[in-house]
Amino acid sequence: MPHPAAVADRPATRYQLSRLIPDRWGIMTLVIALFVATPLIAVATIALTPAPDIWRHLYNTVLFGYVEQTVTLIGGIGLGTFIIGTGTAWLVTMCRFPGRGLFNWALVLPLAVPTYILAFVFTDQLEYAGAVQGTLREIFGWRNRQDYWFPEIRSMGGAVTVMTLVLYPYVYLLARAAFLEQSVCVLEVSRTLGKTAWQSFWNIALPLARPAIVVGMTLAMMEALNDFGTVDFFGVRTFTAGVYDVWLNMDSISGAAQLASVLMIFVIVLVVLERMARRGQRYHHTSTKIQALPSYRLRGIKAALAIVFCALPVLLGFVLPASVLVSYAVVFFDVTLQANYLTITLNSLSLSLGAAVIAVAIGLILAYGLRMGSGPLPRAAVRFASIGYAVPGAVLAIGVIVPMAGLDNAIDAFSDRVFGVSTGLLFSGTVIAILYGYLARFLALSFGTLEAGLGKVSRNMDGAARTLGASPFQAMSRVHFPLIRTSLLTAGLLVFVDCMKELPITIILRPFGYDTLATFVFQYASDELFEESALGALTIVVAGLIPVVILALTTLRTRPGHASGGRA
Amino acid sequence: MSPTTTPPAAAASKADGLHMLNVSHAFGDDTVVSGVSVFVEPGELVCLLGPSGCGKTTLLRLAAGLEDLQVGRITIGEDTVADGQGGKQMPPEKRNVGLMFQDFALFPHLTVYENIVFGLSEKDKARRAWARETLSTMGLGGYADAFPHTLSGGQQQRVALLRALAPAPRVLLLDEPFSGLDVNRRAQIRQDTFQILSRSGIATLMVTHDPEEAMFMADRILVMQNGRIIQSGTPVDIYFRPQSAFVAELFGPVNRLDCRVENGALDSALGRFPANDLAEGTEAQVLIRPEALSLSQSTTEGDILLTVLTARSLGRSTHLTLGLKDDGAGPLFNARMPGVFLPEIGSQVSARVAPESVLIFPKSDA
Repeated sequence: MPHPAAVADRPATRYQLSRLIPDRWGIMTLVIALFVATPLIAVATIALTPAPDIWRHLYNTVLFGYVEQTVTLIGGIGLGTFIIGTGTAWLVTMCRFPGRGLFNWALVLPLAVPTYILAFVFTDQLEYAGAVQGTLREIFGWRNRQDYWFPEIRSMGGAVTVMTLVLYPYVYLLARAAFLEQSVCVLEVSRTLGKTAWQSFWNIALPLARPAIVVGMTLAMMEALNDFGTVDFFGVRTFTAGVYDVWLNMDSISGAAQLASVLMIFVIVLVVLERMARRGQRYHHTSTKIQALPSYRLRGIKAALAIVFCALPVLLGFVLPASVLVSYAVVFFDVTLQANYLTITLNSLSLSLGAAVIAVAIGLILAYGLRMGSGPLPRAAVRFASIGYAVPGAVLAIGVIVPMAGLDNAIDAFSDRVFGVSTGLLFSGTVIAILYGYLARFLALSFGTLEAGLGKVSRNMDGAARTLGASPFQAMSRVHFPLIRTSLLTAGLLVFVDCMKELPITIILRPFGYDTLATFVFQYASDELFEESALGALTIVVAGLIPVVILALTTLRTRPGHASGGRA
Repeated sequence: MSPTTTPPAAAASKADGLHMLNVSHAFGDDTVVSGVSVFVEPGELVCLLGPSGCGKTTLLRLAAGLEDLQVGRITIGEDTVADGQGGKQMPPEKRNVGLMFQDFALFPHLTVYENIVFGLSEKDKARRAWARETLSTMGLGGYADAFPHTLSGGQQQRVALLRALAPAPRVLLLDEPFSGLDVNRRAQIRQDTFQILSRSGIATLMVTHDPEEAMFMADRILVMQNGRIIQSGTPVDIYFRPQSAFVAELFGPVNRLDCRVENGALDSALGRFPANDLAEGTEAQVLIRPEALSLSQSTTEGDILLTVLTARSLGRSTHLTLGLKDDGAGPLFNARMPGVFLPEIGSQVSARVAPESVLIFPKSDA
C-alpha cells in the first residue's frame, strides 16, 4: 500500500547521483572489466570506423559468399544438434531400453573432443587414401575415383556433420536437465486426457523444454562460429576462416577486423537469442517437486532403434576418434616424441595453467566486486566483458593485435624520444598476447562459475564478517574464499581445459616458432602428417575428458527422483 | 583470578548509545524508511516492532553500516558514523557494532570457537579467554570444536549472540533473533538471551515482528508501519494504550464494530461506550480484544446476549465464536476465556465488556 508521504520524503537525488560514481572496489572492478573487454572494444571501434573502400571491396568480392557459408554452417549445426541432442535426451530420461544407464553419461563424452580433431580423424579415415575407401576398393575391386561415388568429407556437409557430432552434448545436457525438471504430473495429466506418449512429448514436454534447448543450440552455434580448424581444413569459407585468411594471406589487419565486425553480428544475434531463452527458462519450470519419472519401456524394434540412435553419436563422436588416436599414438610414439612433443606439451600446460590462474583471480575480483554492490557502471562493464565467451577466437585475436601494437608503438616512441633507445615490439607476438586473448575469451567461464558460487553464500555472511571488524578484502579471504573453494577449482579447471583445446587465438597470436599442442596438431594435419601428431591430439582429448568425467560423476549420477538412498 | 565469569558488561563500560536522526532510505523508487529517529541509550533494549516490509531491518542495516545512509545522521556515542548530508559513511568494520542475523549467519567452515573469536585479534588474549569461559557458562563448552551445522537451532543462536558480543561492541543489533527457532524452545532461549543482554549493559536495538517477543524483551517499543514510527512507548503503553487500530491489531485479531458518535457516545452491538473526545457524528470504530469480552452462562434481564457458534478449548484458554443471532447471520465476535469454558453450541451467553479495555478510533484510521 503506497502512502502519500512516500514521494515527499524521497531521499535526495543527489545521493542517487553519487551512487553512479563507483567506490574503490567499483573502480577496480570497472578498470579490470574494461581491460578484459579491450579486444572487444577494439573490434567494435574498427567496425564503426568508416572504411568505404574496404567495404566496397568486401561487398563486391567475398561478403555474400561468407554470409551464405556461415549461415549454412551454423544453421546445419543448429538443426543437427537439436535433433541428436533433444532426441537422445528424451530417450534416456523418459524411456527404458537396454543400455540407457550407459548412454546417460556416455552421450556427454564427445564434448571432450575439439571440433578440429574430429575433423582430422574423419578426414584421415574417409578421404580417398583413408581406411574406409581403401577397404571398399579392396572389397569391390574398384581401381580409382572414377569407379565409384563417395561423399567428400572436406565439404560443407562434412563440416556440419563433424561439428554436430561433438557439439550436440550442449543440447543434450540442457534438454536432459529440462526434461528431468518437468513435473511428471503435467505429463501424466496429458496422458489421462487421452494423449499418447508421443503426443505428450510433442505437445507438452518439448514446448516446456524449448528455452533450455534453444540455449543449448545457441551455445553449440557459438562454438561453431568459433571453430577455425575444421573450416580451414575443409576449405569451408566462413567468416572465421575469412578473418584468418585476410589477416595472414592478404596481410590486412584492417580487412580482417572489418570481417570480424560482420562476424560479430552473428554473435550478437546468438547472444540475444540465448539471453532471451534463458529468461524464458524461468517461466517454464512447472514444478519444484521432482518425482520418479515414468519410464516407457521400449521393446523389440523400438528398443533397437533407440540403441542405434544413442550409440551412433557416441561411437562417431568419441569412440572412433579416441581409438584412432590411441592406435596412431602407439604406432607413431617415437616420431611424435622426436617432434618436440614434450616441449610443446609443457608449453600448453604452462600457458593453460597461467591463463587459468589469472582468469580465476580476475574472475574472483570481478564477482566479489559486483557482490559488494559497486553500482551500475562496473556491473555493465563486467557484463560486457563476459560477452567474450561468445566471440570467436579469431575476432578476439584481431582485437588483441590492434591495441597491443598501438601500445608497443607508443612505448617504443616514448622510449626512443626520452632515452634514445628503441624498445621494438614488447608485447606483440609474445606469450603475453596469447594469455590476454585467452583471458578475453574465457574470463566469462571463471567469472560465471565464481559468481554462481558466491551466490550460494548468504549475504548475511558478508554482513557478519564486516560487523565483526573484517574489511571487504579480509571478508573475502577469511569467509568467501574457503566457502567457494570448489567453485574456484571448477572455474580454474574449465578455463584450463578450454585453453588446452584453443586453436584460433593461439595460432594468430603465438610467437614465431612457438607451438602448443593445438597448433602442433593443426600444423601436422595441414601437412597431411596427422598420424604423427596423434599423441598430441590424444593429450588434448584426455585433458578435455577431465571436466566431462567430473560432470558425468556429479550432475548425471545424482538423477533427481531416481536417487537410491539419497538425501534423507 | 575471579571465580566467576567476567560479565560481558565489563566490555561495554564505555556506555555508548545509538542515535539515528531523521533517517530516510529508498531502494530505487521504493521508499522503505521515511524520517525515522531512533534513540537507544546505554543499557537500554529498544525493540522495532512491525510487519515484514515495514523498513525495520533496513534501519538495522543502516545502523550497522551494511547500507549506505542516504538521508539523516547516525551517531554511536560521540562519533558520527554516517551522515546523509556530508556523505560520511564509516564502513561497518570500523563501527564496532555487534549484529546478530535472523539466520545467525554462522561461518560454516569454522568451528564454534573460531566463529566466536572471528572478530578478535590474535593478541587479544583477554577476550579470547572470556569467549572460552562464556561458552562454558552457556553450556556450550563441549562444542567449542564442533562445526555449526551439528548444533541445534538454540545452540546456534547462542553462538551467534556470543560471536556478536565477543569484540565488546558499543551497540548490539538483533535482527529477529528468535524467529529461526522452533516454538517450543523459544520461550527458554528468549529468557536466556534476556539475561545475557541485561547483564551486558550494551545499548541494544532489536527488530521483530512478534509482539509477544517485543513485550518480553524491550524496555521501549517503537511500532513501525510503512517506513514510519507510528507509536513508541513501554510495552504496557503499547498494549493498553495503542494510538491506532493498526497498533491494537498487532497483538492479534480484534473484534471491530463500526459506529457513529451520537450524543457523545457510541452505541454498539456490545454496549454503549463514551466517545471520549471524538466529535459528534464521527464515523468511529470500536475495538475489543477477544480477552476483554467476558462471557457468562448465567444470564439476567438487560444483558447483551450472544449465541455460541463454536467453542474450542486450547487447554489454557477457550476460544469462542459468537453471533448476534441464532443462525450466525450478522457480525461475529471472537472471545477468549481463561480455562475451560464450553457452553453448548447454539446456547445463549451474556457478554460484558469492561469499558476501560475498549479501544476507540476514528474510522479514517485504517
